[in-house]
Amino acid sequence: MISVSHVSKIYQTGDVEVKALDDVSFEIKKGEFVAIMGPSGSGKSTLMHIIGALDTPTSGTYVLDGENVEKLSDDELADIRNRKIGFIFQFFNLLPRTSALKNVELPMTYGGIDKVEREKIARKFLDMVGLSDRLGNAPNQLSGGQQQRVAIARSLVMNPSIILADEPTGNIATTQAEEIMAIFQKLNNEGHTIVMITHEPDIAEHAKRIIHILDGHIVKDGRDHRQRIIDRKPN
Amino acid sequence: MDFNEIIFEALSTLRVNKLRTFLAILGIVIGIGSVIALISLGQGSQAAVSSQIQALGANLLTISPGSQRGGFISGGAGSATTLTLDDANAIATSPSVSDVLNVSPEYSRRAQVTAGSKNTNTSIVGAQAVYAMVHKVSVAEGQFISDSDNARQAKVAVVGPTVVSDLFAANADPVGQSIRIQGQSFLVVGVTVSKGGAGFGNQDDTIYIPLSTAMNDIFGSTSLSSIAVEAANENVMNSVEDQVGYLLLDRHKISQVANADFTILSQNDILSTASSVTGTFTALLSGIAAISLIVGGIGIMNIMLVTVTERTREIGLRKALGAKKKDIIKQFLVEAIILTFAGGIFGMAVGVLISVVISKLVSIPFAISVGSVALAIGVSAAIGILFGWYPAKKASDLQPIEALRYE
Repeated sequence: MISVSHVSKIYQTGDVEVKALDDVSFEIKKGEFVAIMGPSGSGKSTLMHIIGALDTPTSGTYVLDGENVEKLSDDELADIRNRKIGFIFQFFNLLPRTSALKNVELPMTYGGIDKVEREKIARKFLDMVGLSDRLGNAPNQLSGGQQQRVAIARSLVMNPSIILADEPTGNIATTQAEEIMAIFQKLNNEGHTIVMITHEPDIAEHAKRIIHILDGHIVKDGRDHRQRIIDRKPN
Repeated sequence: MDFNEIIFEALSTLRVNKLRTFLAILGIVIGIGSVIALISLGQGSQAAVSSQIQALGANLLTISPGSQRGGFISGGAGSATTLTLDDANAIATSPSVSDVLNVSPEYSRRAQVTAGSKNTNTSIVGAQAVYAMVHKVSVAEGQFISDSDNARQAKVAVVGPTVVSDLFAANADPVGQSIRIQGQSFLVVGVTVSKGGAGFGNQDDTIYIPLSTAMNDIFGSTSLSSIAVEAANENVMNSVEDQVGYLLLDRHKISQVANADFTILSQNDILSTASSVTGTFTALLSGIAAISLIVGGIGIMNIMLVTVTERTREIGLRKALGAKKKDIIKQFLVEAIILTFAGGIFGMAVGVLISVVISKLVSIPFAISVGSVALAIGVSAAIGILFGWYPAKKASDLQPIEALRYE
């Protein structure tokens, strides 16, 4: 499903080279629920950008669902993101002044799905996240948890290969965070592949596998999350 | 996303910030409005000028005395006293001049005129009966100067409507009344039809008296101030001009054309001069108005750049969710084009309104051409594309990561 091999990402700032990722390799199989953990500056955001086809690695290869992603143009990357990746962001990133329904339809407008079909699919997924009575509400009329549920519905409409969540509970109340994680568990049980970036161990514990990253290297990859060698301070 | 959806989305975005949308459109409204108004007024005044000049008589050549040269001393134009009645008769009768319908010798000068306690300063034209035909003067009441009036050197006058209102009480019948010109009493025998127009060549503010009376009794002149020659048709104007010119050179014993003591002006010369003047003026004003159009376009670009900056996160999100460059360009370009297009439509309405009002106020015909309407719409759409392109391109070039991070 996901194959990252010998991926490095180097940022050039003036004369200074910053190695955000240094020879990182791992694989994620279909149906896995993986958390990527690390403190701020560890390179986990860079890794997420590369997995999310938002950025390309300086060297190494990245294969997503059978497609090589590392050397694609901007528009080809946009197409990959549209068809294969469902994004969930820390700050929800819903369009302001736009109804929940229209927000969920957004990826489909770029995916060439006709209007009637779009609305049908959007309704189905909003119903799934329990917001069928909030279809017409704009984001500012929804709580943080509700907004994130709209974002989850949005991430699912194109039937993506992976769901990529960046600190999905970082900006919502604890009780609502549990609801979000319950939805993630449910999606995973239905067979969805989920990759979640987080620095909160409690949240990471919902995943079946945790990849710890520090200074651009993978320092630990496995099930056992009781061994917390990573700095727990929130960034 | 089909085109209707893009337009619908752009409209709802523009609705969010109504004041800003209004201000952005305003620049284009002013630009297009002033261009349309000025082109329309220019065309109207051009039509007015040419119809006024045509009304003075088509196919007309006007011969005026030139400057008289004596050694090194040169008088001003018109100072020569070389055109005589004999010249006029020669033009009418000479076998070397063909295709001439009428020849009207004229003598005109301004003079003080009184009637009872009222007085005015107006143009006195000494004319023969043929003057009415050549200059298309019609009489509303009474009759024009006749050949027998000229033969008798009669003290009769035909007055224009402006003179009537200056000299006589309202509703009074001027025909049969007497007026005094240069102290001599004249009987009013006719009133001319109003031709309208103002300033240059206003035939309404004129008194016509017999030519013989004007030259011999009133002003004591032996020379004419002009001779009007009516050619048979427009096509023979040039040949008639040449024939008349050589005849007069011959009569005045002048061998070099450059030394001619008279000038011949055709109505077409006046017409083309006048229309080139108004044309230049219109072009100049439209050029100035076009500058405001460019300023309006820059205003649109400014607003769109602000919008792009403000919506960086939105653009980043759209790109993250799969929007391609062309999707983003389309979105912002359509917004810019809607702004300028709306500005173009409103501007056109404003421009037409202004030109209707002004043409009513200064009484020139209202003229609007399909060309200028098409120009306005085309130019406003073009400005939308031109000034909307850069902000749209800038938006589409944003990297989704940078854009998502943007606070």
